[in-house]
Amino acid sequence: MIRHLQVYGAGMLAGLLVAGSAFAQGAPNGNTVNGKKLFETVGCFQCHGYVGQGGGAGPKLIDPPVWEAFIVQLRTPRQQMPPFTAKVLTDQQAADIYSYVQTFPKPADPATIPLLRN
Amino acid sequence: MAQPAPARAAVPAKPQTVGDTQAPTEQRIVTSGKVGGDFMVDCLRALNIDFVASCPGSTFRGLQESLINYGMNTKPEFITCLHEEVSAAMCHGYAKIAGKPMSCLVHGVVGTQHAAMPIYNAYCDQAPMLVMAGNVGEGTSRRPGVEWAHSAHDQATIVRDYVKWDDQAANLQDFAEGMVRAYDIATIAPMGPVFVVVDADQQEEEIDPKEKLFIPKLRKRSQPMGDAVAVAEAAKMLVAAENPVIVAGRYQRTAAGPQLLAQLADTLNAPVLDERSRMNMPNRHPLNHTERGAGLLRQADVILCLEPMDLFGTLNNVTDLIGRPSTPKIRPDAKVIVIGTTDAQIKANITAYERYNQADLGITGDAETTTPSLIQAIEKEITPNRRSALATRGQKLREQSTGFMKAVYAQAAMGWTANPISTARTCAEVWEQLKTSGGEYTMSSEANFLSDWPYRLWNMDKPWNSMGRSVGGGVGYTAPASLGAALANKEHGRITVSLNGDGDLLMQPGTLWTAAHHEIPILYVVHNNRAYHQEYMHVQRMAQRNQRGIDRAHIGTTIDNPNIDFATLAKSYGVYSEGPISNPVDLGPAITRALAVVKKGQPALIDVVSQPR
Repeated sequence: MIRHLQVYGAGMLAGLLVAGSAFAQGAPNGNTVNGKKLFETVGCFQCHGYVGQGGGAGPKLIDPPVWEAFIVQLRTPRQQMPPFTAKVLTDQQAADIYSYVQTFPKPADPATIPLLRN
Repeated sequence: MAQPAPARAAVPAKPQTVGDTQAPTEQRIVTSGKVGGDFMVDCLRALNIDFVASCPGSTFRGLQESLINYGMNTKPEFITCLHEEVSAAMCHGYAKIAGKPMSCLVHGVVGTQHAAMPIYNAYCDQAPMLVMAGNVGEGTSRRPGVEWAHSAHDQATIVRDYVKWDDQAANLQDFAEGMVRAYDIATIAPMGPVFVVVDADQQEEEIDPKEKLFIPKLRKRSQPMGDAVAVAEAAKMLVAAENPVIVAGRYQRTAAGPQLLAQLADTLNAPVLDERSRMNMPNRHPLNHTERGAGLLRQADVILCLEPMDLFGTLNNVTDLIGRPSTPKIRPDAKVIVIGTTDAQIKANITAYERYNQADLGITGDAETTTPSLIQAIEKEITPNRRSALATRGQKLREQSTGFMKAVYAQAAMGWTANPISTARTCAEVWEQLKTSGGEYTMSSEANFLSDWPYRLWNMDKPWNSMGRSVGGGVGYTAPASLGAALANKEHGRITVSLNGDGDLLMQPGTLWTAAHHEIPILYVVHNNRAYHQEYMHVQRMAQRNQRGIDRAHIGTTIDNPNIDFATLAKSYGVYSEGPISNPVDLGPAITRALAVVKKGQPALIDVVSQPR
């Protein structure tokens, strides 16, 4: 599996890669480090991108939905996403991924990016 | 037809030795006049064929010699390729930019087999191509061994399912007439490849001076147009509609296409959903509402589909689950009008014709050719009251379009600084350098694997700015087809940019050598996601469906361990290159340097380590 260094704002990653953090009300505690590993090994990145930016194959995961909606989409997905049943991805693993997804940096305002001005 | 070889002597001839003063007993033949291959070159010139792409083969040694010595390698010029997949795919890309076919010359049987995939792609994409295949038809003319393995009685059977027509001439006059007919058939909509077997003896034998050969004149060609009564009926439906939508499939056939479609949309004040299979419509035209996607179809009461390639797929959502459930994207009461030529030529075996979908009105005719009469019929149908209502609708649509770019930029900003580099970033960096070209550029590659970012970020309003897809989906199309497009662009001084998948380029990397050897300017930006990513996702889907091994889908699908060094690969073929680039900050300067090389008339390649999509 391909391993890549994710480029984030300074300090953000160190602050967020902490085991046992819960980031959304109702979400179980998730291990962000394990969540990153799972995100890159069980196929999430293929459609959502390595930093959750989304694209033609899948929507963005930056600013993910609440946990309850996330787990429903994971287990019984709408549209083209294949299902991650509990048999192949436990609730804890799902929570780990959810924890990791919360760490994706918010995009810059496109008005501040010269190449994205009309 | 060749004369039988003289009977051999019962006693072997005495071997020739140095110092012998007697000539050998076997006849040596040289020619003093024109040979058949020379006449074949005359035929190619009469058809205005500028290039013949080829990987050399003995079954057409005669024609090749005629091309380079009788024709002096000028109009047509022999483009040396390292594989028939390259030579045939170059024809595909060339035709879409040049607006006329070029030819490829393939070796008997095995060369045809190599060329089969790009011929198939061109067939699916309705692109004209003149394929000439060498063959030693006469058994007694075949030298022992491999020449027998490379000849056939009916070589066209290899490709007959996906060419419009094929021919095998009995003599040179038959050849001339066949070639003109082949060109004619290739360039009538629905266009497509044609296959002409070129007999070795016909190429090599001297022409009897008494033989009066002539090349028939090529007909001035018009394209099939939709029936006037049906067009009037379509106009009536469209004018009466409250929410009509125009869907452009493989619409553009000539340089007039984009402005014609824009004019149709303007006349009707209807939004266009561009499926981007050709340069159908200026992407920033205020009635180009492709950004709204399927939502555009949901509210439509009349849908006009112009040259649809997959009507069922256009109008239905098909979920990739067991059983392939599908749900319509359109209202149950929506009316569907189809204008196109695909139904005029369908072959049964290969199912590239897609699933059947019902329509209320089917008009057989080239959509671009039919457009002026449709516009006229619509104008005739619009009453003063109706004109006002349509104008109001159009105004709302135009206002809505002003928000599209803001949404596009907001999406492009996501992952902007990521490593691997986002496809949005790559496309934005390339555009930053292209936008001063005055529109004199072609994006020659497909863009769906880059989430269509070029169509969303770049300004495309010239007929040559994009050229759609392979349609047949045979991987290995992009690099050589892009080179064919670049060959067509060369005389116009246009920049050709191929955002090339890594897997695709690896199918025919020898394409790069042809680019360097013939000094064809083109910029290859390798979308290097280190995988056959589509297949990666497919196998992933299977693992999840079967509830096992969801972390093993990389087996057999990823292209890593080791990572391929595309820059070094390109250098080995004589192409300027940089990479691998994985820091987005380095990308802009690399593109600048590479484009400087391209603007001097040479190819260049940048290897970009990329996000998957």
